[in-house]
This record gives sequence, C-alpha cells and structure tokens, in this order.
Amino acid sequence: MTAPKLPNARRSAWIGQSVPRLEDRPLVAGLGRFVADLNRPRQLHARIVRSAHACGRIAEIDTSDALAIPGVTVWTAETLGDVPRIPFRATRISGLEPYVQPILAVERVRYVGEPVAVVFAEDPYVAEDATELVMVDIDEDVAPILDARAKPGEFLPGIGSEPTVVRKGYGDVEAAFAAAAHVVELDLATGRHSGIPMEPRGALADWDAGRQHLDLWGATKRPHWNRDRLAEIFGLSPTQIDLHEPHVGGGFGIRGELYPEDLLVCLGAMRLGRPVKWIEDRREHMMAANHSREQQHLIRAAVDTDGRILAIDETLHHDQGAYVRTHGARVADMSIGLLLGPYRVPAYAARAHFRLTAKTPAATYRAPGRFEGSFVRERLMDAIAQRLEMDPLELRRRNFIRADEMPFERGLTALESEVVLDSGDYDGLLSKALEFCGWSDMHAKAAKRRADGEAVGVGLGFFVEKSGLGPSELVRMSVATDGSIEIVTGAASLGQGMETAIAQIAADTLGADYRTCRVIHGQTARIDHGWGAHASRVTVMTGEATRRAATELKDRALDMAAELLDTEITYLVLDDGLATDTATGHSVTLAEIVKALDPVSPKRGHRTPGLTAEAWFHNTHMNYPYGAHIAMVAVDRDTGRTSVERYAISYDVGRAVNPAMIEGQIMGGLAQGLGGALLEEFRYDEDGQPLSVTFADYLMPTSAEMPEVAIQILQDAPSPLNPLGLKGSGEAGVTAAGAAIAAAVDDALQRPGLVKRLPVTPQYLHARIAEYDAERGQ
Amino acid sequence: MKPAPFAYYRPTSLEDAAARLAEGVDDGAMILAGGQSLVPMMALRVAYPSELIDLNVLPDLGTPFIDGTALVVPALTRHASFHKADPAFGVTGRMMAEVVRHIAHYPIRQRGTFCGSLAHADPSSEWALTANVLGAELELLSTRGTRRVPIADWCDGAMSTTREPDEILVATHLPLLSETTRTGFCEISRRAGDFALGMALVAIEVQGDTITAARVGLGGIEDAPRRIAEAEAELIGQPATPDTFAKAADAAMAVVEAMGDATTPPEYRRDLAGTVIRRALAQAIA
Repeated sequence: MTAPKLPNARRSAWIGQSVPRLEDRPLVAGLGRFVADLNRPRQLHARIVRSAHACGRIAEIDTSDALAIPGVTVWTAETLGDVPRIPFRATRISGLEPYVQPILAVERVRYVGEPVAVVFAEDPYVAEDATELVMVDIDEDVAPILDARAKPGEFLPGIGSEPTVVRKGYGDVEAAFAAAAHVVELDLATGRHSGIPMEPRGALADWDAGRQHLDLWGATKRPHWNRDRLAEIFGLSPTQIDLHEPHVGGGFGIRGELYPEDLLVCLGAMRLGRPVKWIEDRREHMMAANHSREQQHLIRAAVDTDGRILAIDETLHHDQGAYVRTHGARVADMSIGLLLGPYRVPAYAARAHFRLTAKTPAATYRAPGRFEGSFVRERLMDAIAQRLEMDPLELRRRNFIRADEMPFERGLTALESEVVLDSGDYDGLLSKALEFCGWSDMHAKAAKRRADGEAVGVGLGFFVEKSGLGPSELVRMSVATDGSIEIVTGAASLGQGMETAIAQIAADTLGADYRTCRVIHGQTARIDHGWGAHASRVTVMTGEATRRAATELKDRALDMAAELLDTEITYLVLDDGLATDTATGHSVTLAEIVKALDPVSPKRGHRTPGLTAEAWFHNTHMNYPYGAHIAMVAVDRDTGRTSVERYAISYDVGRAVNPAMIEGQIMGGLAQGLGGALLEEFRYDEDGQPLSVTFADYLMPTSAEMPEVAIQILQDAPSPLNPLGLKGSGEAGVTAAGAAIAAAVDDALQRPGLVKRLPVTPQYLHARIAEYDAERGQ
Repeated sequence: MKPAPFAYYRPTSLEDAAARLAEGVDDGAMILAGGQSLVPMMALRVAYPSELIDLNVLPDLGTPFIDGTALVVPALTRHASFHKADPAFGVTGRMMAEVVRHIAHYPIRQRGTFCGSLAHADPSSEWALTANVLGAELELLSTRGTRRVPIADWCDGAMSTTREPDEILVATHLPLLSETTRTGFCEISRRAGDFALGMALVAIEVQGDTITAARVGLGGIEDAPRRIAEAEAELIGQPATPDTFAKAADAAMAVVEAMGDATTPPEYRRDLAGTVIRRALAQAIA
C-alpha cells in the first residue's frame, strides 16, 4: 500500500491511508524484545509470596526454611522498613489515603494474592522453591466481605470499608419523577473481569551505585509519572531514574500502572546491589494485576407519554476489591459521569458507592465505566421502549442530543474535566449503521428462523466514547543528516500502532515518506515530559503535537531550501522528502537541507542550527467519538449457550489517520467486549478464594467464538478541539458489546428484559429463563 | 508456574519402567506419557512427582491395532491417532474420529494419550466415556505381573481410579462395535475445546423402526462417565423416535447424581444430561 498515484497528488498524503504498521516487522520476525527477553549480568530473580487467605491478621511469617537455601534473601513488611506507599495518579476525590495498598502486607491480608513477602534468588526456579517455604500463618478473625451491596465493614479501627460515595447530578429529579407518565426501574450488574494481555507484567531494575542511578525496564503506559513517583518514594531526583519501555504485549489499562512489584524490584536492586528481574506468571497475574468492571446498578427513568426521558436516577455499587490503587475512585466516578451517553436527560441524580471487598483491587480496563454504563443505559432504553410499546430505535432517536445542539454541556464531570460533547450526529450515525449492517434484513432472517423453531435475535447498543484526554503532550521532532526523521514523545506504545499513526501525521505534515520516521516513546531519558498511553489519547495528543512540530520544521526547511534553490518560499513544495521549485523544477532533498543547516555550514547564515523542533499541545477537554454495536445471536434454548453469528460496528472517529489500524483496534476490542458479555469472569467462593486463576477457568474468547464482523468507520463529526479533527479509537470495540449482546439475547428468546447481568453464561441464562417465566406465570 | 525439582528417568522397556515405578512410587515417582495434564499440574505446583518415568522413549507403543474382536490402544497412542478413521476399525473408528475432535485443541491432541486420559480420570474425559460405552478392559502392568480391569470397575470417583500406585496402564482393549451399530455423540462445553459440561455417547441397533440394542453413556455430568441403564431400558423395543429419546433422556435425568460446583449448579448439569442424550440419539439415527 502506498500513497495515491493520482496525477499531481501529493505523495506524502499519508493521513487517511491504511498503510502497513511500522511496528510489525520486528514482531513478525521474532525480533521483539519484551521485558522477559532482557537480562542484566549478575541479576537476581524476584518471586512474590502471596496471601492464600482472603482476609485475616498476620500471626507469623516464618522465613527460616526459605533462607536456608543458598543465595536466597527474603523480605517481609518488617524487614522492608518504612517505604512510602504508591500514591494516586488519577483522582480529585480526597479521603482515600488510608486505603492505599502497602508494598507488602502490613498486619493484615485483605485478598488472596496480596504480596506478603518477596524472595530474591539466583534463578527463577529456586525463587519459586523458596517462596513455597515461606510459612505465612494467618488468623482468619473476620469473615470476608465479597459483595459491594453488603453492609460495609471496618477497614481499620474507626475507618469503614466504603472509602467514598461519589455523587453527581443536576436538575430537579424529584419533580421529574413526580410528574412522569412512566417510571421504569432496572436492577443490573456487570461481572468482574479485566484486561488479560498476552504478555504478563514484568520488571527489570539495575542500580548503578557509582553513578547513583536507577534503570527500570518493563515500564509502559505512564513512564514519566511513574518515574517521578519512584523518585519521591526512594528520595531520589527524577534525573537519577530512567524508565525504559520495551516491546509490550498489550496493556488495556491494567498494565503500566505502578504496582507493588515494581517497587520491590527497584528496592531489591538498590539494597542488594545486583540487578533484579521479576516476570509475572499467568496464575499470579489473575490475582495480582488490576481487576475491573464489577458493578451493580439500580437505575430508574422518569419518562413522559411520548417516550421522552425526563430524569434518570442511578445508584451504583462499585466492587473495588481490597485496596485503592493508583486510579483512586476514577472508574466509579466516570461510570456515573459518562452514563448518559448520547441522550438528552433534563435531570439526573447519581450516587456511586465505592466499596472495598476481599478481592484483587480494581481499576481501569479498556472502556472503563462505559462498558458497564452502556450496558445499563441501553438496557434501560430497551425497557422504556417495551413499557411504552415503542420501537426501541424510535425511542432512541427521540432522546438523542441533536447535531445542532453541539457542543453540548452535560453539566457533569469525568476524568477531572467537564463533560462537553464536542461534536456528533447520533441520529445520522444510527441511520448509517442500520443501513450498513442490513438491519431490516437481519431482523427478517432472525424472525424467519424463530418461526422455524430456532432462538435467533438481533440487538443494538448505542454508545458515546471519550478520547484525547489531556492535559498536555510534548513532541521533539528532528531530521537527521541522512534525511531520516525522529519523533520523540512521552506517550507510550502497548502495541496499538501509535508509531505508525504518529509517523503518518509527521510525514504528511512535513512532506516525507512515513517509513523514514522513527517514533521514540516510553523512554524517560529521551524527553522530559509525557502523559503516556491511556484513555484513547495518543493519536489526538501526540498527533497534534507532532503536527505542530512538523509544521515548524517544514517552515524552517523551506526557508533554507529557498536560499539553496535561489527562489522564494511561495514557489516551493515539500513532498516525499524533496523541496521542489515549482517554477524551475529544481529540487533539494531534506538531507541536503539539514546538511546546509549544520552548525558550521556557511550556508546556514543566522538560522538555528540543525532541523529540530519541539511542540506542545495542551487540551483541557476530552472529545467524544460515538457509534453503534449491532449483534445477531443464536441461543441454544436447552443449554443456554449463546453463539454470536454476526456483528457490525459503526463508529465515528472524527478523522481516521489509518483506517485499517482503527479496524484492528475495534476488532480486538470487540473480542474483549464479547469476553465480558459472554465468557470472562473472576469468580470467588464464599471464603474469598479465587476460582478463575487459569485459562481453563477464566474463559477468554478464542477465534472459534468470534463472529463474522463488519466495521464501518465514519468521519462525519471531526473534533473541533484539534485542527485535524482527530478522535480516539482505542476503546470503541468494547464499549457497547454487553449492551448489544443483552438486547440480542432478549430478542432471540422473545423475552424483553431477560438479561440483567453480564456475562450471559449458559448457566446464568438457563436459570434466568426459568426465573423470568416463573415471574410472569408462564 | 515453574515445577519443583524432580528427577527424570528413561526406561529401557515397560518392564523396566514398572520396576522403576515400584522402587520410587512411595517417594512420588510417576509415569509420564503425553503430559498434557501432569505437566501443567507440576507447573502449578499441585503435582510434585519425585521422578518422572518417561514412556515416550519406548518404541512401538504408539499405534492402535486390532486383536481379534477388540481394538487395542497401547500406552502411547496419541489422541490425534484417531483424527482419521482407520477403515479396519469400522464403526468404532468412525465413532472415535467424531469424538476425538472434542478433546481439547489440535496441538494438545498431538501429544496427549488415550491411556493417559483414562489414568487421569477426569469426569469430562471423552475417552473414559468411550471406554464405558464400548465396555473396555484396561491392561495394567506391575512387577507383580499383568491384570485386566473392566472399565466399570476402573473409575473410583473424580480423578481417582482403582489402579494400584505401582501399576502402569499399558493398553486399553476396546471391543469393536458390530457394523450395523449406529452411534451418536453430543458434547456441550463453554468454548470450542473446553472440558465438557456434559456429553453423551450412544450406540444403538435399529431393526425396521425398532431399537433392538442400546448403550447410552454419559460423561461430565457425574463424577465419572458411565452407562445409564435406565435410559437404555427406555429405548430397547421402542420405535426410534423423538418421543422415545425424550423418555430415555427423562429416565437419565431422574437417576443421575449431577455434580455441582461454584460455576455450574447440579440442576444445570441434570438438565444437560437430558439434552445431550436426546441429541446424541437423534444424531445416531440421522
């Protein structure tokens, strides 16, 4: 795939082209270097001793047998001494400090998998042998709390297990309900699941005592923030720490936050004077890395006789697990901040009970709060349509915020910024989506098969995403003397294709081949500031900063080229790495221009030496892409097993830099969305023992479970918040999957309102059908 | 997920393996065949063999063969050996070619063994179900000699058998089905390749419209696969119709002691028993 070959077309028109990913060559050639591939001479291997109990007082930790193995070191909280805890990265909610997780458990354990001690040994096998010999005696003095709706208990003496209740809203909800023609109420739940990257976490730290310098490999997502916090925790200057992002096998929000293991590896390297490596195994990943999604929603809508929503009232119980980690209460906060999606809601009151339970702590996972909220909101819309005997699509159209109302101020906050829907034509997208998937035809086919005895149905979930989270991003872009281009950003790559997208924007703006660009990311030593990769922000934030830097470079390159070609800038075109005088046809290459700008070049004159530019992009508001998921499912009535047969996603991304990569993002996201809708769940028994710690018990969708998928990328609503109109696409494949599947299952079984919780497992559906029919006397 | 230290032994013959096992079994020596269950259990440190006695180094234990009226499956016959039905194995071979597709995934089937599956005795073992329907005999070797155990006496609850700790399951003898037998298999699992939530394997003979012989095996429902005599009784002498099949299914549902666990209540498995029996029978006459 190359640039368009139209006559007179710019060869460097890379934005909008589905060019191959720059990232792929090393990955498909087996040349990737992930953290487990990295080694340092004399390194030790760390292994974490984890609590086998959900809840209890630490009576004794006996390390003597482990220490009898040659070369083994064991630390507990006591030997570790007073190490500051990992602070919050993403919350303005105060009062959460008592609930922060210690690096190693202090006095009590609070979930199965909690780090209790750390072992350092000469090889990873010995480390695991020694770990088994650390005897942890737990006095199970109270029963674990395992339900966020249960009465809160005591976290510490005098401190309860509900760290906060987040409240949001506006308007007179009470009056709206009093005046409503209809009140529709639902009690819904989403199951506990999370991002399960193909590569588990890992860290490798090396302390150079001579230089007093710490290196940490295995960083990603937020390297700069993590560096700065590590510096504070260890009493170092940020200039004494470098974080390095190697290849990363998926992040999905859970990877790259500061975890206890990262600190233990650094402390090990600093105190033991040898490099320390830790590679998480799959079983511990399932109980150590952030969980997500487990919420219970009691939602009510006040509706008039025409189906117009007058008010929504929502009570959320968020199952946070045992501690509050770096995200603070962000997921609960944004769940209610972004719940309303595309609909006009004149009055709204929501309260999110953020509660601790004896489970692995939770935080963000791809489309946090929106996967849950879209399920709840779209269930509600279907229930209102059912109550009013209206077509559910017509009901949605009546309540959509109109295109001419944009930008639309919600009067709510999420991710510490005001929610202002920047642009969108929801009604227009719905029409396009229905046409794209062949909605009428799908319905007709499903109806025909139902008449023939099958249980086949179609469902839709509409959603509004958010992307382009600020506050800032910095890019430094340089052209080397061979004409190749380096773009340094403090954003990160978890495998999503950001190198290619940023190269496309840089090359398109400057007028060069995108394949001559190298994008450096996740290296704190290379750039002073960076906000990483999360919240679908990189293409927007780093993309716009790149465009600005490239624009400056282009101006400076053309200024030099004009002198070299003895012409005026206005006659020059910079394309494919060549500045050409359109009057004479004479040209100079970018390499020649850079050489002319060499500090000692006589041609440079008073121009700044070299060709390097830095540019910032600051952004106080997110932007809001949107779309629709449409699913066709077949349910096996006898077994409750749901097969997804067809799936269509329409998504307005504002401006598509690389449509093929966006499709890839959406396809991968959908696999995770279907996992959360049908398969994946971290389950616990009544003692708080996790039941889903291997891939035999935690079921992820495989290629056999993936349906035929059609993806429609629309660009009808560019963001007014950046000149290219960019919006993000990292989470769109996940967001409304639960909503669409639930609606399709209801339709297949012709039981409106059947699905009340995710995942829709065969066992759940089997029991739920019986319950539903009993409630209705069938 | 790295195993605890263990020793590794390459036997020179089955007899040598049996001698080594007798010597080491009290310390925790174990036989390694395909390793598709044992090795993950070692990695998870739920199995701690002191020594693995690796049968894979022995020759001539891989190919199933006919001995009189039985199909003999030696200790190292991989699941994948049954991917293509050997014409010499007749109806039995075709039935096993259908069943084998439901065992885990393709790479696992290249390594895992038939006898290993019987020795491991997972309630959801497709081969344990097959062995029950066919009336298998299991051939065990120890330093005390060989003995044969009928499949009905083999499983002793979930993941437990009547094998003595020093015995090696060296072969399974599967009596061949008559060529007029019709078979049907239905397995329900969460995803393709997962352990069965429930499965049924049936073998029936039909003359005219009437069922003259019936074997109905059920797996994944109770703690071990077995034939359900009550369901078979509902079939014999009856027309091969959905009504008859439903009666057989109801009879099975009435007698099974369905397992329950945190994910799957026993009521679900009991209903599933009926479903898989109905579907397997329908497939048999299709």
